[in-house]
Amino acid sequence: MRRYDAIVIGGGLVGSAIAYGLARAGLKAALVDEGDVAYRAARGNFGLVWVQSKGLGAPHYQRWTRLSAEEWPGLAGELQARTGIAVGHARPGGVHLCQGEAEFAARAAVMERMRREAGNFGFEYRMLDRKEVAALLPGIGPAVTGASFTPYDGHANPLALLHALHRGFALRGGRYFPNSRVEAAEAAPGDFRLRLAAEEIGAPKAVLAAGLGNAGLAPLFGLRAPVRPQRGQILVTERTRHVLPMPTTTIRQTVEGGLLIGDSQEDVGFDTGQNPAVMKAIAQRAVRSFPWLAEVQIVRAWAALRVMPPDGLPIYDQSERCPGAFAANCHSGVTLAAAHAKALAPMIAAGALDPMLDPFSARRFDVPAAA
Amino acid sequence: MFRPRPDSPEATVAVTVEGRTVRLPTGASAAAAILAAGWRSIRETPVSGAERGPYCMIGVCFDCLAEIDGVPNRQSCLVTVRPGMAIRRQRGARPFPPPHAGEG
Repeated sequence: MRRYDAIVIGGGLVGSAIAYGLARAGLKAALVDEGDVAYRAARGNFGLVWVQSKGLGAPHYQRWTRLSAEEWPGLAGELQARTGIAVGHARPGGVHLCQGEAEFAARAAVMERMRREAGNFGFEYRMLDRKEVAALLPGIGPAVTGASFTPYDGHANPLALLHALHRGFALRGGRYFPNSRVEAAEAAPGDFRLRLAAEEIGAPKAVLAAGLGNAGLAPLFGLRAPVRPQRGQILVTERTRHVLPMPTTTIRQTVEGGLLIGDSQEDVGFDTGQNPAVMKAIAQRAVRSFPWLAEVQIVRAWAALRVMPPDGLPIYDQSERCPGAFAANCHSGVTLAAAHAKALAPMIAAGALDPMLDPFSARRFDVPAAA
Repeated sequence: MFRPRPDSPEATVAVTVEGRTVRLPTGASAAAAILAAGWRSIRETPVSGAERGPYCMIGVCFDCLAEIDGVPNRQSCLVTVRPGMAIRRQRGARPFPPPHAGEG
């Protein structure tokens, strides 16, 4: 049985960011990836590095997201330098477009509450009226009443990010196990053994980052990960000359010029199929924001499953029964990649999660039954 | 580089490729017209400006993008020729679509 300092289960964005961070911290790490039979949220990502609406009523999540957005330029630069892969990160700020007066008023209330909850930490935002949005973005539609703006938002190419994290991990001596479903697991304090298709591996640390697969794996390690799938659909247009100076919550333009339009939230179980009615609704709302989009051709579309904890906030946990086992789940693998690589991985390498992550423990779901 | 098979139907549909008239059989694709007109490439990529031309001929590779009757970025292999069709080079990313939102 080959032994490592740590085994990360899950080769998507969460797992590869943690594995990269562990290798970067000098650990001899193994990254175990189930294969293309998995749901592969990391292949369906929209690519926002998004701050402005994360963590309403959960200031710890806002702080964690902000921390990641702050670390992102450093991560992108480091990955480019080490792997030669440009992950297309830009941080021009971002807007959430509002259609109609009610949406604008509701958004203004949300943003003000975000600012209050940030406390001394601060939260810079501006509500832009229609005229200000028109000066910022090309050809907005008559339905647009305004927008919220923060300077924290940005975007990146999620596939390039995944590629760069994998390559960076391998260059640091990490061992990648492709097409390796965990067939069996034995967990004891500081001693974890996994049987894969072709061999057995062991380590004193194990990190569960298997997305929707965590739900089944976690109990074997004395952890809980009650995640469920939430479907999102994305439309992609032909490449156009550069028109959008910054991403919106649902529309962004890639470095190459294609426009991504997305962000449906559907509760349909493990169905990764596409749905024309939802695609139509996505397109219609986008055209109301930017009428010129009606002339741009859609060339691709896909659906993928977000990994959703019951309250939408990430789960970071460490096992009490089997110290050395950790779990990480979230639906923001791109946004939080920098936090995972540069903050979470060093905690795992050191052996314990920082108290700042306590509110993210799955213990928050253990609500005592009412008497 | 390409010539019609001896058993192909008569070329009766006249289209232009970059202004030059070429005739194709009914049912042929705009990509076939590009090849019949002798063009090896019909577009320049948005990122590097590299030359591209019809390749897969079945709608998969997106390398045959052309401007057809004024509409940019059409997959020419999926467009059937009709009399008078004008096929032109696609130079890089399509231009910014004109905003229609008035003062915005």
